[in-house]
Amino acid sequence: MSVIVTDSGFGPDDFTGEILDLASDTAPEALEAGTNADLVRIDFPSSADGRGFTLARLLRLRGYRGRLRARGHVIADQYAMARRAGFDEVEISDDLAARQPQDQWMFRADWQAHDYQSRLRG
Amino acid sequence: MYSYSDFDAAFVAERNRQFRAQVERRIDGSLTEDEFKPLRLMNGLYLQLHAYMLRVAVPYGTLSAAQMRQLAYIAERWDKGYGHFTTRQNIQFNWPQLRDVPDMLDALAEVQMHAIQTSGNTIRNVTADHFSGAAADEVADPRPVAELIRQWSTDHPEFQFLPRKFKIAVTGSQADRAVIRAHDIGLRVLERNGEQGYEVIVGGGLGRTPMIGKTLTEFLPKADLLPYLEAIVSVWNLLGRRDNKFKARIKITVHENGIDEIRRLVDDRFAETRTAFSGVDQEMLRAIEAQFAAPAFKQSGTEAYDTAYDADPVFRSWADTNLTAHRADGYAIVQISLKAHGATPGDASAEQMRVMADLAEQYAHGELRVSHEQNIVLPHVHKSDLPQIHAVLQQHGLATANIGLISDIIACPGMDYCALATARSIPIAQQIATRFDDLKREHEIGDLKIKISGCINACGHHHVGHIGILGLDRAGVENYQITLGGDHTENAALGQRTGPGFPAEEIVGAVETIVDTYLDIRTSAEETFIETFRRTGMAPFKAALYPEKEEKRDAA
Ligand code: SF4
Repeated sequence: MSVIVTDSGFGPDDFTGEILDLASDTAPEALEAGTNADLVRIDFPSSADGRGFTLARLLRLRGYRGRLRARGHVIADQYAMARRAGFDEVEISDDLAARQPQDQWMFRADWQAHDYQSRLRG
Repeated sequence: MYSYSDFDAAFVAERNRQFRAQVERRIDGSLTEDEFKPLRLMNGLYLQLHAYMLRVAVPYGTLSAAQMRQLAYIAERWDKGYGHFTTRQNIQFNWPQLRDVPDMLDALAEVQMHAIQTSGNTIRNVTADHFSGAAADEVADPRPVAELIRQWSTDHPEFQFLPRKFKIAVTGSQADRAVIRAHDIGLRVLERNGEQGYEVIVGGGLGRTPMIGKTLTEFLPKADLLPYLEAIVSVWNLLGRRDNKFKARIKITVHENGIDEIRRLVDDRFAETRTAFSGVDQEMLRAIEAQFAAPAFKQSGTEAYDTAYDADPVFRSWADTNLTAHRADGYAIVQISLKAHGATPGDASAEQMRVMADLAEQYAHGELRVSHEQNIVLPHVHKSDLPQIHAVLQQHGLATANIGLISDIIACPGMDYCALATARSIPIAQQIATRFDDLKREHEIGDLKIKISGCINACGHHHVGHIGILGLDRAGVENYQITLGGDHTENAALGQRTGPGFPAEEIVGAVETIVDTYLDIRTSAEETFIETFRRTGMAPFKAALYPEKEEKRDAA
C-alpha cells in the first residue's frame, strides 16, 4: 500500500485510470507531452537522485497539463521542490509515511511562499 | 553593495526557522544522524574530524564592514575566537556546538548573510574577481550578475540533488582573477559592438581529474543568461554520471560526450528553458546593478603617500607587494595578507576582523573582499590614507608584505581539520613560509605561487600553482608530490609532476632546490618563475631534484 501526499496532507491512493510510469533515467527526448495517460508517474529510486525534478519540469515545459506524480524515495524536505518542479502529488510507501509523518510534510505545504524562481521568471 | 530585499530577508528567516526545528528534532533524538545529514548539509554544516564546521557563504567575496564585525562577534561568541577564509571566498568556523548553530545563523541573518548551499550536491556560492568594481582593466563589474545567479540558484527546485556539487565563477576583466577555467561554469563579462554579454566556459575543475574548462559559447547575449545556465545544468542533471561520484562532475560529462555534443544538447534545451522566462529577471538585474554603483571617489593629492613611500622602507616594501592599480585616480586596491610567516594561511582572529572592519569603514567606503587566495582586500582606498592604514595593520600582525610572493601560499585545511585528508598541509605551508622568511629572499625570488592540498580533492588548487604540492598517504607515511608550471590566470594551465614524491621532512628542501634552480637559470630578475619554467620546461628542475646517483641508490 502507499500514501499520497498533497497540500492537504496524507490520503489514500484512489486513482483508477491509465498510468504512464517513467523511470528516473528516462531520456529527455522520449518525454512526450501528448500522452494519453491520465496520470504520469515519475520514479525516485533514491532521495539523492534529483533527475525526476528535471523530468517533471521538462514535461511541463513541453505542455503536459495532466496529473503528475512523484513516486518512491522522496523525503518530506523535498516536498516543496517536487511541487515547484511541477508535480501535483507524491506517492510514498507506508514505511516512509510512518517514519516521516504528515506534520513533517505539512511543514512545507507553503511551497508557494519564498520562491525565488517565480520571482525571476515572472 | 547589494542589500537584501524584503523577499531575501524573509527567505533566510524562514530557512533559519526550519533549520532550528530540525536541530531540535536531532537533539531530542527524533532525527537520526543519517536523516539529519542532508538537512544540515543544505545549511552549510559539516561534520569534520574533531567537531562540526559551519561554512558561511560570502557571495562573490564581498563583505561590508558591519558583516565583517559580525563574523568577529560570531567567532568570539560561539567559536574559538577565529575564522578561516577559504579558497572559495567563504569563511569557516571550525568549532561550533550543534545547539548553537541556529543562533549563529540568526546572527548571520542580522547582517544579511547565510550558510545556504555552501555544501551538498547543489549550485554552490558564486565566486567572482576579488577586485570587482575596482580593477583598472575591468569591462563591467561582475557582481550584479553574480548576485542574480545567487538568487536564481538559491533553493532552485530542480537543482538541489544534482549528480555532484556545481561551482560557478564570474569575472568582468580580461585578466582572470577568479580562475574561471577551473569551475563547472566560468563566465566572463565582455562587450561586443557595444552590447554586453558573456563568454561561457564549461567543464573546468580541479580535484582528482583536473581539467581546463572549454568555451561553450563565445558570446551569449546578456538577457539569455539564466535560461542558458538552466539549460546547462538541466542537461547535466540528466546526463551526468550517478554511478560513480568521482565521475559525476560536469567536466567528466563534457570529456566523455565532447564539447560539440554538449553544445548541441544545451542549445536544444535552451530553446525550451527560455520560454519560461518573461524577461523580468533583467529588470531585477538592473535594480541590482544600481546597488553596485561605484562609491563617490574623492579628488585629492597623494603627497602623504609619496612622502611615506620615499622615507619608510618597510612601508615601501609593503606598498610594492600589496597594492594594485585602481581604476580611479589617486586610489589603490589594498591586499591585507592573512599569510604572516608561520601562521595558518587564511586564518584571522576576531580582533583582526574588527581591525579590518574599522579600516574599511574609516578609509575604504565600508567595503571588504575575500580573495580566493585567502587574503582580505580593501578595494577602494585613497593613497593618502595608506600610511595610516599600514600603521594600524602593523599593530595587529596584518602588515605582512608578501602578496604574490613565495610565502603567500594557498593551503587547504588538510589533516589538521579535514576528514578526507591524506596528509597535513597547513604545517607544510608554515614551514615553507618560515624558511624563506629566514633566508630573506622572497623579494629577490619575486612572483611565485605555491598551492598545497592535503588530498587529491585539490581544495588547495595545487594543479594551478606555479609550484603545486599534493599531500598523499604512502603506506601510512605522508608523501608530497610536486607539480610545476600550473597557472591560475587567463593562461590557465595544469602543472606537471616532477617525479616521485618527497617525505614531509624533505619537502621544504625540495622547494628550496626548485627555487635555487630558478634563480640560477633565469635570464634576469625580470623573468618570473613561471616564465622561466615555460622557457626551459621541466628538465633543469628535474635534474636538480633527482640527481643521478640518488636515483641509482633508490634503484639498488
Ligand atoms: S584537498 Fe582534501 S584535505 Fe584538503 S580540504 Fe580538500 S578534501 Fe580536505
